[in-house]
This record gives sequence, structure tokens and C-alpha cells, in this order.
Amino acid sequence: MSGKPRLHYVNARGRMEPIRWLLAAAGVEVYGDLLFQQVPMVEIDGMKMVQTRAILSYIAGKYNLYGKDLKERALIDMYVEGLADLNELITSNFFQPADKKEEHLATVMDKATTRYFPVYEKVLKGHGQDFLVGNKLSRADVQLLEIILLVEESKPDILAKFPLLQSFKAKTSNIPNIKKFLQPGSQRKLPIQEKDIPRLMQIFH
Amino acid sequence: MSGKPRLVYINGRGRMEPIRWLLAAAGVEFEEKFVETKEQLEKLVKDGDLLFHQLPMVEIDGMKMVQTRAILSYIAGKYNLYGKDLKERALIDMYVEGITDLMQMVMMLPFSPAEAKAKNLASIEEKATKRYFPVFEKVLKQHGQDFLVGNRFSWADVQLLEVILAVEEKIPAVLSGFPQLQAFKTKMSNVPTIKKFLQPGSARKPPPDDNYVATVMSIFNLN
Repeated sequence: MSGKPRLHYVNARGRMEPIRWLLAAAGVEVYGDLLFQQVPMVEIDGMKMVQTRAILSYIAGKYNLYGKDLKERALIDMYVEGLADLNELITSNFFQPADKKEEHLATVMDKATTRYFPVYEKVLKGHGQDFLVGNKLSRADVQLLEIILLVEESKPDILAKFPLLQSFKAKTSNIPNIKKFLQPGSQRKLPIQEKDIPRLMQIFH
Repeated sequence: MSGKPRLVYINGRGRMEPIRWLLAAAGVEFEEKFVETKEQLEKLVKDGDLLFHQLPMVEIDGMKMVQTRAILSYIAGKYNLYGKDLKERALIDMYVEGITDLMQMVMMLPFSPAEAKAKNLASIEEKATKRYFPVFEKVLKQHGQDFLVGNRFSWADVQLLEVILAVEEKIPAVLSGFPQLQAFKTKMSNVPTIKKFLQPGSARKPPPDDNYVATVMSIFNLN
């Protein structure tokens, strides 16, 4: 065994994507694996880990992306859980019936701009630093960038009213590990396509 | 200000109950403020007390914490219920996440439409006895210790006891195929802080009834 973490999932974004992002941000090389499992599973450090949140927490802790103490962890956890809720809302759009999709998407975009993005804009404004917590890159920053890019795929101008999130996006995208992940040929997965939905429905429902 | 954590939620179990359990298990006294109307919730949002406009919210150590998992992780870390290192944390996290998935099904049951209730209950029984309980039965059997992780009381033990009791309220014989879990239930129920929490007069909330469901629907505008 090589020692590199090994990801088991379908060859798509889904629940593995935040894990790919965080490993990439930490500069960790992985084996991609097309083997299907019912939930994300990551072989790492002799463990077969399941449960997305548990996996993300472990990676963040191991690679020092989880703040310096309990209180910074608490902030990171709150920010990350909010982003996870927004992520869930967005990905659930793919599985809405065709006649409900547009309305649902509008609701999601509204939540993004009135409930979630204002929080992070305000955090950045409040301390004036480049990163959300403790003036240092953490999993919260990685996840925020991931979600910003995801939302922009549906609505490219979503950050129009959020100048600090715009500069956050630019700065964070230029962090070398992340910049590399954003380039073609990385393990980042493409947006879910319409044509994939029947296959994914079959696997997950 | 008393210095005790202050829990802000509806007067019922819902998403706050695991937090009540964990604080109680850690021997931490806390206060509660019950939200009874939509207007009260709206005021909390307007006053900027709720980061994502949602409950639960816990005032603790100068923070207004939201997001159930974030709150539970903080409490577990603060009161040494989160294992001794990253790897024990990882196990605890995995177990807790699995339990949370099952607990979510139980929590949502009273909100099912009448015609779906029997089906959802059957689904809970199936998942509990085929997917979740076997995992913990096996963990306990393999190491032969009283606690799930690291031979020491942790968040995972508290949450497992909570879900066992919650499922048993609906399916009394659910542990019949799980002797290790039966012994675990007895032992954990006798941990002094937990024993106290299980007695009448504690902060533990009763099972959800129709009144609770109606309150939730009206406060969160789910009608």
C-alpha cells in the first residue's frame, strides 16, 4: 500500500467533492478510484473511514486546517455547517421534478444571497483578514470557495453584491494547491450533468 | 449573567435534545429559554442572535453558537468527551454521524403524514436492526470494553444511549437481538450524571406529542 489516501465513490461530485477539495488544499495526493460504494469511503492512515463529516474533520485536523484551539474550531464548525446546508440545498435541485426545478433553484439562490453569503461577507469585513478564522487558511475557507464556485455555476453574477467575497474568491483561488486543483486534469469533478441524473438516481435512491 | 450555558429552543426535544444529553452527561448545569411563538423567533433573527436565522442556539463561553454539530463538538472537546487523539476522534465522529442519521429518522417521525407513519416506523426498525445497531454491537463485542472508544466515556456513548432509548420508545423490543447493547444500555444508564438526567425533574424533554408538532409547525411556518 502506497500510503496515499484512497477514495471510493462514484465518478462524480456528490458527497465526495468536499473531501477532494480539502485533500487538494492540504497538498495531499490521492488515488482516484472508480469503485462504487454506497457512501463515500476513504482509506486513510490504516482506517476505512465513512461519513463525510467525520472524514473532513480528520483531514482538517491532520493537516492543520482546523484552527489553533477549541474556540477557533467552534467558529470553523459553525461556518462549515452553514455551507454544508447550502450545499445540500443546491445539490437537491438536481433531484427535483422537472416542473419544480426552476422555482426551487430560485429559492436556493435567494437563500444564498440573504441567509448565507451575507454571513461570510460580514465576517471578512469585521476582521479585514484574508481568511475566515484566525488569519490562517482553514477548512472553512476551502469549503467557502467550493460553494461560491458551485453557486456561480447556476448564477454567474451571484457575488455581485458581495465585494469581499469576490476578493476572497480571487485570493483563495490563487493559493498554489488550490490553483492546481482548479486546473484541468485535477481530481476535481465536473458539474452533475442532466444525462448523469438517471444513473445517480439509480445508485442513490 | 450566570456563566451557565443557555439553550434557546422550543420546549421539546427536536434538534436540541442531543445537546441537553451531552451537557448533562458532562455534569454541566444549564439554563433554557423556550421559544413559543413565531414572533419570538423573528425577533431573535432581527436582533442578529441567530447566525443562519435558525435554532438551536446555545450561548456558551461568550459565543452565540448555532448548528447542532458545531455545538456538540465544542461541548465534547471542552469536557474531554472527544477521545485522546485524532484517531479516537475519527472513530467517535464516525459513530456519532451514523447515530445522527438514525436519530434524524426518529425525530422526523411525528411530522410524517398519518398515512406514512407506519411505513416510516418500519423503516426505522429496519435501519436500526440491520444497519446501525449491528455496528455498535460488533464494536463492543470486539474490544469487550464498557465504552465505544478508547476504554473511556465519550460523546459517542452518550449519543448511542440516547438513540437506543428513543427507538425503544417506539419499538420496545428493538434490542432483543443485541446482548452487548443491552448491557451497554444498563451500564450507561447508571453513569451518575446520566442516571440523574434520566430521573423526573431533569432537563430531559418528553417524547414529542401532537401539541409539540403543532408548535413546531406554527413557529417555523411549516403549515
